[in-house]
Amino acid sequence: MKMDRAPTKTTMEPGEHGEHGERGDRADRGKLKILQALEDQDTSVTFDDPLEHEMVLNMGPQHPATHGVLRLLVRLDGETIVAAVPDLGYLHRGYEKIAENMTYHEYIPHTDRLDYLSPLANNVAYVLAVEKLAGLEVPLRAQYLRVICAELARLASHLVWLGTMAMDVGAVTVLLWGFREREKIQDIWDILTGVRFTTTFTRIGGMANDLSDEASAMIRNFLDQFPENLAQAETLLVRNRIFIDRCEGVGYISREDAIGWGLTGPLLRAAGVAHDLRRDEPYLVYHDLEFDVPVYNDSDVLARFYVRVQEMKESVRIIRQALEKIPPGPVNAADPKRVLPRKERTYGKMEELIHDFMIVNFGINPPIGEVYNAIEGSKGELGFYIVSHGEGFPWRLKIRSPSFVNLQALPPMLKGGMISDVVAVIGSVDPVMGEADK
Amino acid sequence: MKEKILDRLNTQFKDSIESVNEYRGELTIVVRKSEIGPVCRFLCDDTELRFDSLRDLSGTDYYRPHDRFEVVYNLYSLKNSRRIRIKIRVDESDLHVPSVTSLWPGANWLERETYDMFGIHFDGHPDLRRIYMPEEFEYHPLRKDFPLMGIPGSLTLPRK
Amino acid sequence: MPMGISCCAIEMMAFAGPRYDVARFGSEAFRFSPRQSDLMIVAGTVTYKMAHVVRRIYDQMPDPKWVIAMGACTSTGGMYRSYSVVQGIDLFVPVDVYVAGCPPRPDNLLKGLMDIQEKITRGEKPGQREKVYIRETAELDEGKNSRSA
Repeated sequence: MKMDRAPTKTTMEPGEHGEHGERGDRADRGKLKILQALEDQDTSVTFDDPLEHEMVLNMGPQHPATHGVLRLLVRLDGETIVAAVPDLGYLHRGYEKIAENMTYHEYIPHTDRLDYLSPLANNVAYVLAVEKLAGLEVPLRAQYLRVICAELARLASHLVWLGTMAMDVGAVTVLLWGFREREKIQDIWDILTGVRFTTTFTRIGGMANDLSDEASAMIRNFLDQFPENLAQAETLLVRNRIFIDRCEGVGYISREDAIGWGLTGPLLRAAGVAHDLRRDEPYLVYHDLEFDVPVYNDSDVLARFYVRVQEMKESVRIIRQALEKIPPGPVNAADPKRVLPRKERTYGKMEELIHDFMIVNFGINPPIGEVYNAIEGSKGELGFYIVSHGEGFPWRLKIRSPSFVNLQALPPMLKGGMISDVVAVIGSVDPVMGEADK
Repeated sequence: MKEKILDRLNTQFKDSIESVNEYRGELTIVVRKSEIGPVCRFLCDDTELRFDSLRDLSGTDYYRPHDRFEVVYNLYSLKNSRRIRIKIRVDESDLHVPSVTSLWPGANWLERETYDMFGIHFDGHPDLRRIYMPEEFEYHPLRKDFPLMGIPGSLTLPRK
Repeated sequence: MPMGISCCAIEMMAFAGPRYDVARFGSEAFRFSPRQSDLMIVAGTVTYKMAHVVRRIYDQMPDPKWVIAMGACTSTGGMYRSYSVVQGIDLFVPVDVYVAGCPPRPDNLLKGLMDIQEKITRGEKPGQREKVYIRETAELDEGKNSRSA
């Protein structure tokens, strides 16, 4: 809407008389200014075709769709989106530079905060990369425990996704149910690792602690009651006409585009590409476990919803199998020069004290080389590219974060949609800015 | 598998390959900087190899007097479930590298990030500007001569 | 008003969730618009780029306004001693209550909220922490502290 405003004086000197006979006295100058401004606007407004001009809308870094600090600049033609540009960097904490100044062990708490919805999965990914570089073999019990942790983390992350996406689309109940289930998972993490949230549970060469009987009983109890709660939340949404109308056909991206943009994770599987790193490049003990990989062909928001809900059910299956198959044995590798010893032994025995001192202060010193290791995180392929020059700290550590690459594909998905679709599409992409901004 | 990839590459790009390395089961090929576009296109389009997914693109600063930077391309083949790493060496005097965004649109932000962090220009990139740091930031943070705590005065705070 | 930036935002969502219910304390409504809120909870790492946004939103809140700095990142920069993280939001925004933790447990944040409620009943002005400091250390520096309480 364009308003032609003729340039008029809006202030008057005292004692002046205006065109319409008003006086510029100080007593009623305020009232006259308002009157004059109103009259200017009223007499000189023209309505052009309202759809002729485009508007740029800033969905700023702080917005209630709780996906973190993502800034989206959207060019609108009425209510249709013509173009969209995401703006990142509001949470850039300098992770890669910090990594060059810390030993490998010291960096593990930092990896928690990357994809902060599933902290255990990031721990597992980082430690796997370092162990590949250093050539460490981890005992079988630790590998099963890592699988359990990674799948629990995937469940927790998908629960938050379910809650926030449903809330963005309008169903607030599912958010509270999702958080209720997530609190149970956080209780499990509390017993297992000691911390509710940012766990730092894995260590190079194994895990920090063993799986106690209490923890595994708690996991079993949780798994027994989780599928019905998930089904309850699912029936609320899946048969809901409003939810389906808001999600179907929205945010489409073709199969070739999805591969070209480098998408991974549920986005790629909803586009018809049957690719899952747990099955195509099995790491840990996934080759021993039975699970299906859900693939849908529609590649819209609804298909991604189905993929993630199905993934949650598969995760439950994987954790059950892992709990049954987990063998007894040590949980840390027997390499005293590179694996941190148990704390109580450090205080009593000489060898452990020396090793602890050397590992903490000088690091594990892997051989010179570089390695790239990726796992299937809850958002996609989470990879670490580490270059080592033989010292205790990495020379270069690059984090391949799935949210960063997935967010690139947001503009083609949004083009041609409506403003209210933006929230649904961002919800389906499920970005976590801690990992996208590193 | 390594032999197969190298055989097919050697048919066309024998001169461009500078070195080949295999470490922990991963194949790394160092290629001459000007040939990166044709090599990537060959790897992507070849019916046997089909490295059609660019997974990661990053830079490394080796802080040596000759060939200071390296740009690393991690490729993945969806058909064969195989990975390969292509590296190019960039000297500090000529920081221009041909861009691969025409081949993989997903390289767009990855190249912007490399430009932001290291200062390597990608020729042919549609929109090369900073992505993480504010637009008016003058330095390139991940270079080895940039201190961890930053340079005082390079970033502004709002007034209290 | 929740200024949820990173990981602490998830604990803040849990703090509004069913287990640590913040509605019991009178804060049922999380108003996402700064014009309608009294309290801003800054949760998450604040970078230099984001600091301008936080300050702008703080300026848009009507007086009287209080600020809770949640977590280690907002209090002192946390575990990120790097080029782009502001080492504490009190460098550009007056803070009333600091809640420690990384991330703080939701009950910790509830205590922080109750501290603000007590601060209001005590009648202290928002953004000022000097009074408490002076009251607590007045016995220690008798006569040396010339600031008026």
